[in-house]
Amino acid sequence: MARNIQSLERAAAMLRLLAGGDRRLGLSDIASSLGLAKGTAHGILRTLQQEGFVEQDMTSGRYQLGAELLRLGTTYLDVHELRARALVWTDDLARSSGESAYLGVLHQQGVLIVHHVFRPDDSRQVLEVGAMQPLHSTALGKVLAAYDPVAHSEALEAERKPFTPRTICEPDGFEEILDLTRARGYASDVEETLTGVASIAAPIHNQRRMPVGAVGITGAVERVCKDGELRPELIAAVRDCARAVSRDLGAGRF
Amino acid sequence: MTDAHAGIASHGQGPFIAAIDQGTTSSRCIIFDRDGRIVSVDQKEHEQIFPKPGWVEHNAVEIWTNVQEVVAGAVSKAGITRDDIKAIGITNQRETTLLWDKNTGEPVHNAIVWQDTRTDTLCKELGRNVGQDRFRRETGLPLASYFAGPKARWLLDNVEGLRERAEAGDILFGTMDSWVIWNLTGGVDGGRHVTDVTNASRTMLMNLHSMEWDDKICESIGVPKQMLPEIRSSAEVYGEITGGKLGDLLGGIPVASALGDQQAALFGQTCFSEGEAKSTYGTGTFMLMNTGEKVINSYSGLLTTVGYRIGDQKPVYALEGSIAVTGSLVQWMRDQMGLISTAAEIETLALSVEDNGGAYFVPAFSGLFAPYWRSDARGVIAGLTRYVTKAHLARAVLEATAWQTREITDAMTKDSGVELSALKVDGGMTSNNLLMQTLSDFLDAPVVRPMVAETTCLGAAYAAGLAVGFWTSTDDLRANWRRAAEWTPNMAADKRDREYKSWLKAVERTMGWLEDES
Repeated sequence: MARNIQSLERAAAMLRLLAGGDRRLGLSDIASSLGLAKGTAHGILRTLQQEGFVEQDMTSGRYQLGAELLRLGTTYLDVHELRARALVWTDDLARSSGESAYLGVLHQQGVLIVHHVFRPDDSRQVLEVGAMQPLHSTALGKVLAAYDPVAHSEALEAERKPFTPRTICEPDGFEEILDLTRARGYASDVEETLTGVASIAAPIHNQRRMPVGAVGITGAVERVCKDGELRPELIAAVRDCARAVSRDLGAGRF
Repeated sequence: MTDAHAGIASHGQGPFIAAIDQGTTSSRCIIFDRDGRIVSVDQKEHEQIFPKPGWVEHNAVEIWTNVQEVVAGAVSKAGITRDDIKAIGITNQRETTLLWDKNTGEPVHNAIVWQDTRTDTLCKELGRNVGQDRFRRETGLPLASYFAGPKARWLLDNVEGLRERAEAGDILFGTMDSWVIWNLTGGVDGGRHVTDVTNASRTMLMNLHSMEWDDKICESIGVPKQMLPEIRSSAEVYGEITGGKLGDLLGGIPVASALGDQQAALFGQTCFSEGEAKSTYGTGTFMLMNTGEKVINSYSGLLTTVGYRIGDQKPVYALEGSIAVTGSLVQWMRDQMGLISTAAEIETLALSVEDNGGAYFVPAFSGLFAPYWRSDARGVIAGLTRYVTKAHLARAVLEATAWQTREITDAMTKDSGVELSALKVDGGMTSNNLLMQTLSDFLDAPVVRPMVAETTCLGAAYAAGLAVGFWTSTDDLRANWRRAAEWTPNMAADKRDREYKSWLKAVERTMGWLEDES
């Protein structure tokens, strides 16, 4: 005998509630509309939030529908399609920056490298397509965690290992970095994953402005940084590339 | 195209080289800097004219108008002037044939495009009792409808009064390189009527050994020699841009290279040493291997062709193998079978399984090409069991491209005695990572993708730059070549051999499907 699962029914009712009306509701509104105890409503909302189906406005504390719902509704972007669209732009990025370029997407609890362009010198390099990188310490991972709510909850749930003394592991510090990433439009990793290695990455958006991946460069810290700062022309090259790929995917200028 | 160039290494400073790519579907112009990087691009498509089934024509006047527009467009997008451009080079769709009046500059007919099959019967007749290899020893080519000589003969036979005008010396013959160069250098006012060795090698009228028009063959095919252009090297100054709108804008710039598109890609990929090869993966695939100064007769169904000739240096020859169906098989899976919604998804589908599940797909849609040349063959999917899913078929589709490349490579090794050391790849399908890895596994050789995808235009630019001393040697050009990715073989030899055997068995099953052809 099939029995419906009560918490799923309640979650569905919540989503319907948030999809109608003014779309931004506080916890007590939601609880009273659905005839639930505040504690019960909060538990469900928190779960939905972790899955990216609901977002909470930082200042007002009100809830609204999350980006993941949009993503479910959009045609899914095939990662190989993403690579095909990014090919010329990432070649240009590697060539103009002099460093190797990477394209990453969220996969399980990390960054899956879906495209890799060699550093344009004659050194021996190995193709890293298919490799996984951590979300919390790499530039690609931070970009995904900053822009994609699902990546965000994955990064918070996952064990954040310290790879070097510079890796930021505690939740508050990590959130601060993500805020900074959103404010600046790019993320960096200066010796937080590997000693001696630095990287810069920026988000790729599709036509619905949904984050679909991240693109970036990685190289020796001596080349990527100057006087302790990321070289601005490298940041510009990475962001130009991300914008160009986004445009190719149909995203408008913003 | 230019947005992402706002990076570090500035290429705002000239001088530059321009390259025209007069292709099958469009004409393009790309401006390159000294490092071989793209500064600007302009492109315009032209009409494909299909007067009858199997016939394909282009309006040569439209093409010339478009060429002028894209050159002006690329120069204006780059924000540069005549003084910044040291030379202009040309690469073109091969074999497409045009006859025009040298006094008026008017084409006497639309250009007959390489894919056009109207000369099928004529080619069979020309083979007489010898068959399609009648002129192979001299020209390196089988009598097939692609090549330009028989197309010119068709025009002479079918355009009213044309043969008389040709014999009176009023008509000029050319492939698209000749048409563009003649117009660029003044047209009716002293335009240079020339072609380069690579384009001439696709007419079936040039002797590969002497690099001159072959009197006997011209007579046999029925093309008067006086209408043929002068055969020049691929990299030398043929003349200067003169007259017309472009003359005002770019007058005086040397026109300094011509290469057929596949040869230009070989040059752009810097395959300057014997044994180096490139393969371009588009709807079909063209593979060329540099065979050095040797003309190698193929006994395995490959074409012998000229790779390039730089100025008065010795010509460099190549073996060519083409695969009719590669990218178009993926399109077929998308459009006819509906198994994927974009071409790139074939990789996603294929990656959802570990192997081909025992299925092999031989896409002999219009027969088998090199090295078999069997027109009675038709496509086969072999090895089907209830276990096989669409994902296994997706694997089989990608493997088909890789195995067909392996067969061409084997034929090249057999004919030339040179083992392939590495394969340089370009074209749209190189974005398919699984295909590139599979290719490397099946060839048991590294597969390398260069950083500039536009190898065809780059080749024309390189040849023009060499002709005017912008680059001093092919070593200069090699130094510009950048590896964007490399796939290395990762497959056990016994597994490779077993799979190859299965593939060859599947190929056998395609043959003899049509009964009325041999």
